[in-house]
Amino acid sequence: MLDFFLVLIPKYMPFLLQGAVVTLELSLISMAAAIVIGLLVALGRLAPSRLLAGVLAAYVEIWRNVPLIVQLLVLYFSLPQFGVTLPGFWAGVLGLSLNVGAYLSEVFRAAIISIDVGQKDAGLSIGMSRVTVYSRVILPQALRIAVPTIGGYFISLLKDSSLVSYIAVNELLRNGTIVISNTFKSMEIYLMVAIVYFVMSFIAARLVVRVERWLTPAYLRVGTVELARGAVPA
Amino acid sequence: MTMSEASPRLAPRPAGEDGGPVLSIRRLRKRFGSHEVLKGIDLDIPTGRVTFLIGPSGGGKSTVLRCVNFLEMPTAGDITFAGERLCHEENGKFRHAPEAVLRHARAQMPMVFQHFNLFSHRTVLENVIEGPVIVQKKPKAQAIEEARAVLKRVGLIEKCDAYPAQLSGGQKQRVAIARAVAMQPRLILFDEPTSALDPELVSGVLDTIRALAEEGRTMIVVSHEMGFARRLADRVHFVVDGVIAESGPPAQIFDAPENDRLKGFIRSILH
Repeated sequence: MLDFFLVLIPKYMPFLLQGAVVTLELSLISMAAAIVIGLLVALGRLAPSRLLAGVLAAYVEIWRNVPLIVQLLVLYFSLPQFGVTLPGFWAGVLGLSLNVGAYLSEVFRAAIISIDVGQKDAGLSIGMSRVTVYSRVILPQALRIAVPTIGGYFISLLKDSSLVSYIAVNELLRNGTIVISNTFKSMEIYLMVAIVYFVMSFIAARLVVRVERWLTPAYLRVGTVELARGAVPA
Repeated sequence: MTMSEASPRLAPRPAGEDGGPVLSIRRLRKRFGSHEVLKGIDLDIPTGRVTFLIGPSGGGKSTVLRCVNFLEMPTAGDITFAGERLCHEENGKFRHAPEAVLRHARAQMPMVFQHFNLFSHRTVLENVIEGPVIVQKKPKAQAIEEARAVLKRVGLIEKCDAYPAQLSGGQKQRVAIARAVAMQPRLILFDEPTSALDPELVSGVLDTIRALAEEGRTMIVVSHEMGFARRLADRVHFVVDGVIAESGPPAQIFDAPENDRLKGFIRSILH
């Protein structure tokens, strides 16, 4: 036990933390890309074109119904067949962002649909274009509704990114595996890996709550008490 | 709100305000799937006058309004607004003006909705300046000044910084009216503006609409408030089964109806 704290941690933790940095980079870049993909797919599925909507619906279904690890392997090993050779890191980013993007598109779609269609009519009726209605009326409200769910997906992504170790990206888990193959101290090293994941997720979850609060606009913060006080019959 | 009340104009119309019609509708048809909601509507809306559309639910009144501003695309017919042809038939084919022209027309005939449809994420003032600033590209300071003047007239100047969720239904509807008026429109479309309100909040909204009428504004009002229609309307059209079954001044429509459906409708309203 003493050995674990006094010898193993000082010796191997720095290498694991290097992996943790890669894990964070993978997760943050993939999340940013997934948000863009998810939003575009959601908007595309709500556009009038049936063909586009069908293609995008197929994407969402396929990516949601194949295990992430299988998606990563297919992607990593099939891209070179098409003459595309991506370094493991970027193959990982591509795989993770396509996967999370599929899920987020449903989150965005639900949030957009939840905005009362009357506000769209109101925007159009004062002469706004459809694009303006989306950018100034629908999306500002829908995105705020989606924020907590997006945060949840980020926490999942942080942990799911460990699957990228299968396609030779030196992130946290893979660095752990490398250490184990040299030291045969499976239990101790995996425990250290677990601790690092836990600390990162725990902190990320707290940050997500902060961001949520920070992004909650005044009109959603209006509590029932203020409502009662503010509303005077006409 | 008895039907025998006299219907004097509350104030004389400003002179020179009732030129030709600002809006002309000919043979307007609208079909939703196999259901034909409008079966050929002819209607002229005179400038500076208040036109009421009354009739039973599902008769097509609201659809007329939503076709006029192209929130619903008509199936057939001609619509001319402020001298601009928005849609027409050509060789038996329905054609409409480009989206930009329709948008420009919409900005001049904003609509007040049954369910208010305020922008929830914007304050009262922001709701009112949205159109002038974003659509009409007015300088923000000027838009704010004008918006405050309009809000003062509808009695909500002290609610400028409130969000819609903090207002009563009647207040929301008056903000919606202010949002329409701030566009300095040629025509205001009211789609059952008091139908979603608690009874005690109706009169405040009706007073606001009446004040606009007294300014000589051109308006089309779809309403179930018959007493209000009788007092305020210059002309009333009875819409039933997708056609205008009878038109006339309120005295004729309410006191001497000829059409049997209208007679029955007025009887049912009185009960």
